[in-house]
Amino acid sequence: MRWLRANWLRALVHLGALAPLFFIVLDNYRYNLTANPIQEITVRTGKAALVLLVLSLACTPLNTVFGFREAIRVRRALGLYGFMYVALHLAIFVVLDYGVNLQLIGQAIIEKYYVIAGFAAFLILVPLAITSTRGWMRRLGRRWKTLHKLVYLAVPIAVLHFALLVKSLGSRPEPLIFGAIVLGLLALRLPTIRRASSALRLKNRSPLPNRAQGSRAD
Amino acid sequence: MERIRSSEITPEHVYLSRRRFMRLGALALGSMALAGCGGQLGDVISQRAAGDSSRPQAAAEDNASATPDVKRDELGNPANSLETISTYNNYYEFTEDKEGVAQLAANFKAEPWKVTVSGLVSNPRTYDIDDLRRKFDQEERIYRLRCVEGWSMVIPWLGFPLAKLLKEVQPKAEAKYVRFESLLDPAQYPNQGPFSLYPWPYTEGLRLDEAMHDLTLMVTGLYGKPLPNSNGAPLRLAVPWKYGFKSIKAIVKIELVAEQPKTLWNTLAPHEYGFYSNVNPQRPHPRWSQATERRIGESGRRPTLMFNGYEKQVADLYAGMDLQANY
Repeated sequence: MRWLRANWLRALVHLGALAPLFFIVLDNYRYNLTANPIQEITVRTGKAALVLLVLSLACTPLNTVFGFREAIRVRRALGLYGFMYVALHLAIFVVLDYGVNLQLIGQAIIEKYYVIAGFAAFLILVPLAITSTRGWMRRLGRRWKTLHKLVYLAVPIAVLHFALLVKSLGSRPEPLIFGAIVLGLLALRLPTIRRASSALRLKNRSPLPNRAQGSRAD
Repeated sequence: MERIRSSEITPEHVYLSRRRFMRLGALALGSMALAGCGGQLGDVISQRAAGDSSRPQAAAEDNASATPDVKRDELGNPANSLETISTYNNYYEFTEDKEGVAQLAANFKAEPWKVTVSGLVSNPRTYDIDDLRRKFDQEERIYRLRCVEGWSMVIPWLGFPLAKLLKEVQPKAEAKYVRFESLLDPAQYPNQGPFSLYPWPYTEGLRLDEAMHDLTLMVTGLYGKPLPNSNGAPLRLAVPWKYGFKSIKAIVKIELVAEQPKTLWNTLAPHEYGFYSNVNPQRPHPRWSQATERRIGESGRRPTLMFNGYEKQVADLYAGMDLQANY
């Protein structure tokens, strides 16, 4: 119980991030993957990937702007789970959808803009996933942070990938909603906003240093 | 530099088959993980697409041996099941969720139903759906349906050629196009509510010669039974050489007109969905290829056929026309 109180967010992240995979497996056996199961699992893994990557982008502003420090502890897990679904999504496309037919896949990459965008986002995420370990953080030092800023590029490209494949954006605004959220999360990183919010929090805080307080009431 | 002995060079056929082997290996490994576990994905994986070069015509043969009395189109493709056809539908008046349509359509009132045929005709008429069923011989046509989204099915429709109906109302000389209109009824269609983003009612159109073509079918049934609500009961169109959205559902009005009519998808995104919307693997949608399709029930891809495989029958309609410009 005490463990759970201390780690509830981490537990929630692991459970929540594995849930889409669990339901794919469950629905596979219950024959509940629609008449077009390949499309269904493609969409499900894609959406899970996007949601998790967006959540991983939310961790930093949750800390810097809203002072929710716990968020930083789940950032890596969210990012890696996001990448897991990206990899599954790509594997489904290559193996199940196109039957590893490299000629057809090559043609699809040339003709379908959303394939190019999706593949680009994947390629950007690969080095980030590889260097997500503590060892690589140490080895790369300050460059690690620079490298991982590439996620600011990968996630918008992933949203573009989504926007490019809906039938008509005017009537299906989901990608636009994702786009707006991502834009907002990136904006919260602007130094002016960060400074303003931390100044505001400092003003509301008691003069005692944060660590000595045990729990933060702000 | 060290010389490479000729015995060390891999002969081309071995090298090629090795590559093929690796491809199959990757396919097998990935698939086994799922097929080995069985379930729905396992079933689909065991049905490879006919377009998959590693096992040509596999799907058709597999199905043939399993169920010898399955209905087939003229190319030998097995028809999809009634359940698949009636539970995977694009019917945006209900919902944009293809699997959600059947449930929402369960209580749709398809009887009584009237269809008005009017406009530039000598003999305008309003038909009751039962009149149409009685008046015109109902015949089964097994057509391929290719959705613009990149999937396809084989469907045993029941109906009668639109030409028969048009001959009865006698189009005037000025009539050049046929305009179709679906039901507008927010009380029955949840997605026609006040916040809908679509210009309802659904409208479609054909050139008169396309409408008069023998393949153009007014559909009243499926698998020998009345049309399920989710497929556009009680009356829909089937134009098998065009993308599926041209085959308008729940028709209440057929109008003969002089000018090319507006259609819903063309109004929403004119650069993406043309008036003709003939199935054409060489004319990609602006954002995706139309060169291949996924036949529902198979994994892998089939090559998409020109005019959805009806080129012999319909190519004459478009002789001399630039199909890249008139998409």
